Formats: sequence, structure tokens, C-alpha cells
Amino acid sequence: MDAIILQVLNGLDKGSAYALIALGLTLIFGTLGVVNFAHGALFMLGAFCAVTMQRILSASYTVIDETKTDFLGNPQKVDVPYVEGWFGPDIGTAIVDWSVPLAILFAIPVMLLIGYIMERGLIKHFYKRPHADQILVTFGLAIVLQELIKYFYGANPIPTPAPEVFRGSFDFGLLLGFAENTIIYPYWRMIYFVFSLVIIGAVFGFLQFTTFGMVVRAGMADRETVGLLGINIDRKFTIMFGIAAAVAGLAGVMYTPINSPNYHMGMDFLVLSFVVVVVGGMGSLPGAVLAGFMLGILEAFASMNWIKDIVPGIDQIIIYLVAILILLTRPRGLMGRKGVMEE
Amino acid sequence: MLGLSKKDTTFLLIVIFLTMATPILLQPFPEGSAMATFNAGYPDLMQRFAIFGIFAIGFNILFGLTGYLSFGHAAFLGVGSYSVVWMYKLLDYNVLPGLVLAIITSGIFALAIGYISLRRTGIYFSILTLAFAQMSFNLAYSVLTPLTNGETGLQVYTDDPQILMGENAPNVPHLFGLVMRDSYQLDLGGWLFTFNIGYYFCAVIAILAFYLSLRIFRSPFGMMLRAIKTNQTRLNYTGLNARPYTLAAFVISGMYAGLAGGLLAAMDPLAGAERMQWTASGEVILMTILGGAGTLMGPVLGAGFIKYFENIFSKINDTMLHGWFGWMPDGIEDAILFVSHFFVGKSWHLTLGLMFMLVVIFLPGGLVEGAQRIGRLFRRRGRKAGGPEAEAARQRNPGPAE
Repeated sequence: MDAIILQVLNGLDKGSAYALIALGLTLIFGTLGVVNFAHGALFMLGAFCAVTMQRILSASYTVIDETKTDFLGNPQKVDVPYVEGWFGPDIGTAIVDWSVPLAILFAIPVMLLIGYIMERGLIKHFYKRPHADQILVTFGLAIVLQELIKYFYGANPIPTPAPEVFRGSFDFGLLLGFAENTIIYPYWRMIYFVFSLVIIGAVFGFLQFTTFGMVVRAGMADRETVGLLGINIDRKFTIMFGIAAAVAGLAGVMYTPINSPNYHMGMDFLVLSFVVVVVGGMGSLPGAVLAGFMLGILEAFASMNWIKDIVPGIDQIIIYLVAILILLTRPRGLMGRKGVMEE
Repeated sequence: MLGLSKKDTTFLLIVIFLTMATPILLQPFPEGSAMATFNAGYPDLMQRFAIFGIFAIGFNILFGLTGYLSFGHAAFLGVGSYSVVWMYKLLDYNVLPGLVLAIITSGIFALAIGYISLRRTGIYFSILTLAFAQMSFNLAYSVLTPLTNGETGLQVYTDDPQILMGENAPNVPHLFGLVMRDSYQLDLGGWLFTFNIGYYFCAVIAILAFYLSLRIFRSPFGMMLRAIKTNQTRLNYTGLNARPYTLAAFVISGMYAGLAGGLLAAMDPLAGAERMQWTASGEVILMTILGGAGTLMGPVLGAGFIKYFENIFSKINDTMLHGWFGWMPDGIEDAILFVSHFFVGKSWHLTLGLMFMLVVIFLPGGLVEGAQRIGRLFRRRGRKAGGPEAEAARQRNPGPAE
């Protein structure tokens, strides 16, 4: 029992990442009808927003500290981050320590802007082109973004730790009445899960309860009619593209303490999140979220030892296997709408 | 000749001539000159031109003709490589049995994957093929280690059976004694030409592959595939089942990919799982689109283009840049060096990505379309436009062009 709970928990954090990326992909697909292969790159850009924030906050100047000496007896040079110089050592250290959560504030405007530029500058010209062209041009864009990041940040993963307080693990077993150290779960992964729920809730709430969201939903259902009613639907959809980019970016920011970001992390996630979107059903937002969590948890279950003993290698292929089965039995995915992508 | 129209025969002869003369044509700059870096006439690169040319020609039969975008062709490439190395391990270093096995196994693989994947169209087909290829890749890395040797990659060890291995047989890949890595070098007043046996072996196979694809393009079967791309629903209404045709195209292109993978192992007796990763499938898509999907010459051009840039652009470094731009004033030189750092050396992928985007945006027909447009600029209106491609198309359907 405890092993099963542990695997569900383990699946949640990966599932959250899948769900967030798939949500953004589906938003773009549902509104603009564009298959965005650069979405993984947006996730990666978000992660590098966190890296940039960390770099900015720990930008330092050098002072000579008379109290410390090196082995020759000379006073030592010490790097002091500017924030420490400005706010005093205590608050300064805390700010540097909290760079990842602070990066959220930085990432939202940046990602909105990137999304806006991307849509106006490139995607706009591809509405009337076939899906294959959209896939190809965004694939090219993903390569370009990836290489730019590689050029500026190098090819190695960059460690971006979570704040000190969240670095430990939490003993879930004690809470549920199991023995000590049976279900141990890192704090940050828990935060990631809660964070993703908040974001998903916010996106759904935004679409469901605001006038803007209502117009967007109406546009998704019937674009022409909304246009005929005198609403500039293109503009709203552009903003939705920005929001989708911001969702992917935030997923990336918060993911950095779990896995150190490197330039090709986006591509690694892209393939899986496409599988997630298709399993959930193209164009269905709840489907994307559901499939994201489902596949994340299934992946965690398949990596349990006794399952691996029965079917060797199942942990490597489970997601693809499920995707193939679902696509063959339910052609539109779990919750897909009729008539989407069936030309 | 050979069942081709006069125009196509000329086309084929030109292709044969270009392929055979590649070691000379790609070596336009004398050794030791500043431009010698741009020479591409060394065996390893030329072999890659031919091999990836075959891969792209095969992919084009599926994507270019039927419009089905497969994201899983790398799996067949990997299967082909593994088959050849296994034949080395079991029989001997002769490449022929391995290549035959590579074509057969990849054909069987393609039949199985295609049979299932072709039940869906559009993006669902792409995702299904991607899923199968990623499954093969992950399995090759983990559970199938006895077959694939996991991360190390499959290679020949001294304790392998090699039952056909003779006393004096070479212990590198060969074709009945013709060792693949042997070359004949011709030094001609500063120019150094390398004629490599491996390259000519690949080149002959590539020409055969090209001839076959030419025949497919001009055959009723090829017309049927084009009809599927144009409008599958209408085809179904005329009472034709498209599935057998698409499946046949999928299997043929899978066999081409297997052959290409086999040749990779024939040139270098190693097979690694990374050949099956989806980025390799992405690469062949890039090649086909960049050159021009649905045209005969396009995929080959695209393959050559990408492999050339991959090998040449990534070699350019600071010293060489300094050598070229050193005569400029310091400030300008620094600026040029700064900008070119984005595009050469380790970040040549950026060049590739940008070029690919530009081609998709402005030249959906790829480099071939670009060449045709330039060609049209030089001709007067009213005269026949286009190369042999457009010519042949006009012969087949004399109606108004699209």
C-alpha cells in the first residue's frame, strides 16, 4: 500500500509538468488551430528565466575582507552580491536563496512578451498554411531558440536550487500511519504539484468566469460568428497565445529545482507532451490535464520493481504503449471533440 | 532507356555523372589554400552524402508522394545498422549479407508499424510513428541490451563466432575483398583527390535507389500515391481503398531507411541506439523539406546541404575567422567575429534552424523550387518553364497546371 501511495506521489510532479505543457499546447491549438512544436522551447525559456534571475540576483562586486585571511596571511577577496550590499546581509541572502520563486514575477511578463512577439511575428502568417507547415516552422523555431540559449548559457545543466527551507523531504508515511521513512517526498515536488493545480485552476477560472474568457470560448467554438458580432477575436487569441506561453514558462521556472535546466530540456518534454495532448484529445483542455496526470502516474507505477519483473522494460515504453492503444481504440483521444484535426 | 522517357534518361545520366565525379567536384580548392576548409571531398563526408541521400529519397517516397508525415523513420535506420553488425558478428565482415538482412528486417518492421499507424491520418499518424520509434529507442537502450549492447553500442568482438571468416579475410568491412575504407589518392598539382571504395559502393547503391524512386514517381503506383495526397476522401469515393497503397509506400520507404542504416554500419562497423532517437527522424524531415518534398532531386540536395554544413560550418573556428577577416580594421573585425560566432563552430545548428525556417516560410517547395524560380527569371515568359521535373509532369497531365 505504501509503495503504491509513493508511486502516485512520484507520478504527480512529472504529471504536473506534462499537464501544464499540454494545457498550453491545447490552448494554442484550440484557439488558433496551430500545432506548436516550439512549445517545449517555451518551457525551456521559462526555466532559463529562473537561471537569469539567479544570475542577476547573485551579481556580485568584490571587496577585500580584512577579517579573513588566506594561507599567506593576506586579506582575502570576497564576492558580495549587490543585493546584500543594498539590503544588508540577512535579507540579501534570503533574496538570493529565493531566486526561483522570485523568478516567477520575472518570467510572467517576459513569457507573455515572447508569446506575443512569436504570434504576431511568425505564427500569424501560418494560419492558412497546412498543419505540416506549421509543425515544420515551429520545429525550426525551436531549434533556433535552443541554440541561442546554448550560445549564451552553455551546454551543461545549470543547478538552480530551491530555497533552503524547501530542500528537505517530508515524511508522508507518519501522517498516514505508516512506519517511519516509508513514504518520503521532497517538499519542492509537493509545491510543484500545488503550484500546477493553482495555475490550471487559474486558467480554467479565467476562461470560465471572465468576459474575456467567455469571448475566447465563443471564438473557439465558432470563430467567424464572433468576428461578425464585431469582436476583434484575433487580438484575443494573440493574448491567449501569450498566456499559453506564460503557462509553459511558469512550468519551466518551477521545474528548475527538480531537474537542472539545460538547453535541450524542452525537446525532451515536447515529444511526451505531444503524446499527452493527443491522448487527451486535440483541443480538449480537461483532456490534456487529465491525460498529463494519468500518464505521469502510470509512468511512475511502471517503474516499480515488481512490475518491471513481470514485464521487463515496461517503464521505458508505458507512455507510448498507452498512447498507441488509446489512439487505436478512441481515435479522438480521451476527451477529444468531433471534427478536430480529422481532415 | 531502362523504361524511362528521353528526358528522364538524360536526368538520370546527369545524376550518375555528378555522383561519380563527386570526389573531384567537391574538391575545388587546392590543398593548403585558405579556402581548403570548404573542400568536402573526403571519404567520410562523401559517404554520408550518399547514405543520407538514400535515407531522404526513401522518406520522400512516403512524405513527398502521400503526404503522410512520419516522425519515426529513425527506427528503421537503427534496425538496419543493428542487422549489419549482427551479420558481421555471426558470419564475417562481408557487407552484402548484412545489407540484405537490413532491408528485410526493416521491411518487416515497417510492415508491422505501418499496418497499425496507417489506421490514422494527419497528426495522429505522426504521433503513432513517433511513439513506435521512441519505444524502439528506449527498448534498445534498456531491455534489449543482449541484442543491441545498450549504451555502448553494438560492435564486433574477437570472441564472436564469425563462422565464414577465412584465413586472410580482412577484419574490416569489405565486399568480397574490396575493403571499404581503402582509397586511391591522386595528387594533381596542389589538388588532392581521394577516390574511396566505400564511397563508390554507397554511390552505386544510391544511384540504384534513385533509379527505383524515379520509376516509382513515374509509375501508375506513384500516381495513386499522389492522388492520396491530393484528396484521399475523393479517392475512397471512387471505390478505391487507399490503405494498401500507403502501406506499400511506408514499407518501401522503411526499407530505404533500413538500407541507409545498414550502409552506415557498412562504412563504420558500429551501431548505437542514438540512431533511433526521434531527432534522427527530425533530421531526415529537415533534409526532405529543405531540398523540396515531392521532387526527385530535392531530398538528395537537402541531405547533401545539411551534411555539408554540419561538417564544414562546425569546423570553422576563431583562427580561421581571423585568417579571413584579419585584413579589416580591428573594430569591424571584432564585430564580424562576434556575429559569426552565432552561426559557425558549435552553434552551426542555429544556421540550420534559421535556414530551415526561411525555406518553410518563403520557399515551401524547398531548394528545388528556389532553383526553378531563378531558372524562370532567366527565361522569357511563354517558353517552357521549370526543369526536367516540371517537364515530365506536363507530359503526364497536359491539363492546366495548378
